[in-house]
Amino acid sequence: MDGFTISLLAAAVQSGTPILYATLGEILTEKSGILNLGVEGIMMVGALAAFLTALTTGSPALGFAVGGLAGALLAGVHAAVCLGFQGNQVVSGLALTILGTGLANFLGTPFVGKSGPGFTALPIPGLADLPLLGPIFFRQDVLVYLSYLAVPLLWLFLRNTRWGLDLRSVGENPAAAAANGLNVVGWRWIGTMAGGFLTGLGGAYLSLAYTHLWTNGLSAGRGWIAVALVIFAFWRAERAMLGAYLFGGVMAFQLRLQAAGTHLPSSLLLMLPYALTVIVLVLASWRQMRSAMPAGLGINIEPPD
Amino acid sequence: MKKVLSVMATALLLVTFCGGMAAAKDFQVGFVYVSPIGDAGWSWAHDQGRKALDKMPGVKTSFVESVPEGQDAERVILNMARKGYRIIFATSYGYMDPMLKVAKKFPKTVFMHCSGFKTAKNMGNYFGRMYQARFLTGMVAGAMTKSNIIGYVAAFPIPEVIRGINAFALGVQSVNPKAQVRVVWTKTWYDPATEKEAAKSLLDVGADVLTQHQDSPATQEAAQEKGAYSIGYNSDMSKFAPKAHLVAAVWNWSPFYRYIVEQVEKGTWKAKAYWWGIDKGIVNISPMGPMVPQAVKDKVLAAKKDLISGKLKVFAGPVADQKGDTKIADGKVASDKELLGMTWFVKGVVGSTQ
Repeated sequence: MDGFTISLLAAAVQSGTPILYATLGEILTEKSGILNLGVEGIMMVGALAAFLTALTTGSPALGFAVGGLAGALLAGVHAAVCLGFQGNQVVSGLALTILGTGLANFLGTPFVGKSGPGFTALPIPGLADLPLLGPIFFRQDVLVYLSYLAVPLLWLFLRNTRWGLDLRSVGENPAAAAANGLNVVGWRWIGTMAGGFLTGLGGAYLSLAYTHLWTNGLSAGRGWIAVALVIFAFWRAERAMLGAYLFGGVMAFQLRLQAAGTHLPSSLLLMLPYALTVIVLVLASWRQMRSAMPAGLGINIEPPD
Repeated sequence: MKKVLSVMATALLLVTFCGGMAAAKDFQVGFVYVSPIGDAGWSWAHDQGRKALDKMPGVKTSFVESVPEGQDAERVILNMARKGYRIIFATSYGYMDPMLKVAKKFPKTVFMHCSGFKTAKNMGNYFGRMYQARFLTGMVAGAMTKSNIIGYVAAFPIPEVIRGINAFALGVQSVNPKAQVRVVWTKTWYDPATEKEAAKSLLDVGADVLTQHQDSPATQEAAQEKGAYSIGYNSDMSKFAPKAHLVAAVWNWSPFYRYIVEQVEKGTWKAKAYWWGIDKGIVNISPMGPMVPQAVKDKVLAAKKDLISGKLKVFAGPVADQKGDTKIADGKVASDKELLGMTWFVKGVVGSTQ
C-alpha cells in the first residue's frame, strides 16, 4: 500500500476516535432503554471541561477524566428529566444539545484561541514497526489506544457479564425486568450516566488530542453523526468502531483529495461525509435495524411504587 | 433548570449591555466583532486597533464580540447608533447590509464597514492590501522549501482569499520558480479540527511549508508536530509554533482607525472606499524566525521597501492563470477592480477555485 493510503487510514482512525467514544457512550445509554439525543451538547461540555482542567492544572490526563465526568453530569440532567419526571426523551435530549452547546460557548468564550497542554502521538515500541498496521494503528496518541480497549470491554460487558445482561434486559423489556426484581430506574440511571461519561471523553478528545485549542462549536456536528452511527452499528461496539473509522476516513479523504490536486469542486467533496450518513441510515433501516434496536428504547416506565 | 436558564440569560444580557455602556459626552466609537477576541486572529487584530483609539484624548471605545452576521448584527449596530456613538466599525463582510439599513436611519453617525463594497452618505468601507504582505511571506516560503511543495489551508474561494493565494504564489515564484502552491479549502473560517486535518493532508502529500487563510493557529500546530515550517496570518503566531513559525502576514489597524477618528473629529471624513496598503502600515509582516537565513531576510525586506515605495507591484504582468492563458498582459498592472473580483488562480497553484 502506498504512503497516501496509509496516511489516509491513519487519519481515519484519528478523526474517527472522538466519534467512536461518543457512539460507544450512546450505545450504552440506548441499551438501557434511554434515548439521549443530547450527544452533541455533552461532547461540547466534555471538550470544554477537559480543556479548562488541562489548562489550569497542566495535566491532560486529569483533563480527560474531568471531561468524562462533566459528560456524565450533563447526562444526569437527562436521566433526571426522563427517569425522575417522566419527561419526553426526545425533547429532553434535544434540549440537552442546545443547553450543552450554549453553556460551553458561553463559558468558553474567554478561552477561545488559547492553546493548552494535550496529548501528542506516542508510537508503541515494537507494534509501531509492524508493516501496514503499525503506521495506521500504533503511531497514535494514548487516547486512541484507550479507545481500542474501550471497544472490547464494552462488548464483553454487554455480552458476557451478569450486569451487562441486567442492563440489556432493562432496555429490552422493562416490565419483565422489574418483575424479575431488577431496579429498572437504577439501571437506566447507570446506563445514561456511564454513556454520558464515554460521550464526554469523545468531546475531551477533540480539545486535548485532535487539537490543543478551545473554540466555540468545536464538535461541529460530530455528536449527531454518533447518534446516526449507533443505528449503523446495530447497537454493537465492534461495528461502532468500523462506522466511526469509515466516517473519519471519508472526512479525511475529501481534504486529501484536494491536497493531492484533484480538480473536483471542493463543495462536492465536502458533502461526502453527510451523503454517506444518509446512505448508511437507509441501508441500516432496510436491513435488520428493527430487530437490533432495544425494544424498550425511548419508552418511559413508571417507578415501581 | 428554568432558573439556571434565566440566570444565564440575565448574565448574557448584562454582558451585552455593559459592553455598550458609556458616558454620553465622550467621543464614542463602537466596534462589532464576528468572533470572540481571543489571543490571536482577525477580531483580535481589530481589537488591537481599538485599544490604540482608547489612548487618544477624549475618545472612548466599546465593542461587542461574537455577533452573528445578519439580524443580530443589525440590533447591535442599531443599539450603538441609538446611544449616540459617533463612529461604528463593523468588522465582518456579512455586516454590510445590516449596517446600511441602520446607517439610513442615523444620518449623523459615521458608519464604517470592513471588507465590503457598499457606501452611503454616512457609510464608508475599508480594507487593507493584505496581498502585499502575502507576497512577502511567499518569498520566505519559496526560499525555505526543500520539497518545492507549499501547502495553503484556505477558508472560502472568494476573491479576498484567492487574491491572497495568488500573491503568495507570485512571491514564491519570484525566488523559486519550481515550487508549487497546493490549496485545500476547509469551507470554514474557524474550525481548528478541520483546519488541522487539512494541514495534515497537505503535509502528507509532501508539503514542507504551510500557510493559512484561517483564524485559528491549528495549521501552525500541525506543521510543528511534523517538523515542517509554517507561516502565520492575522497576527504573529510564533507562540503557537516557535520551531515552525517562519513569519506571518499581519494586520495593523491602529493607524487606520486613528486616521478615521481624526478625520471625523475635524469634519473632513469622506464616505468612500478606503483600501490602504503596506505603505501606510495597515498590513505588514511579523519579524522573521531565527531559522530564516540572513540573505533571505535581506531580500524580503528589500522587496518590502520596494512595495512601500511603489517600485514593486505584486500583480504586474505578465501573469498567466492555471491553464496558461494570459490574465495580466506584459507591462500592465491589475486594476483594483480586477483585484476585487479575482476568481482565478495564477499558474503554479494546484487546486480548484470552486
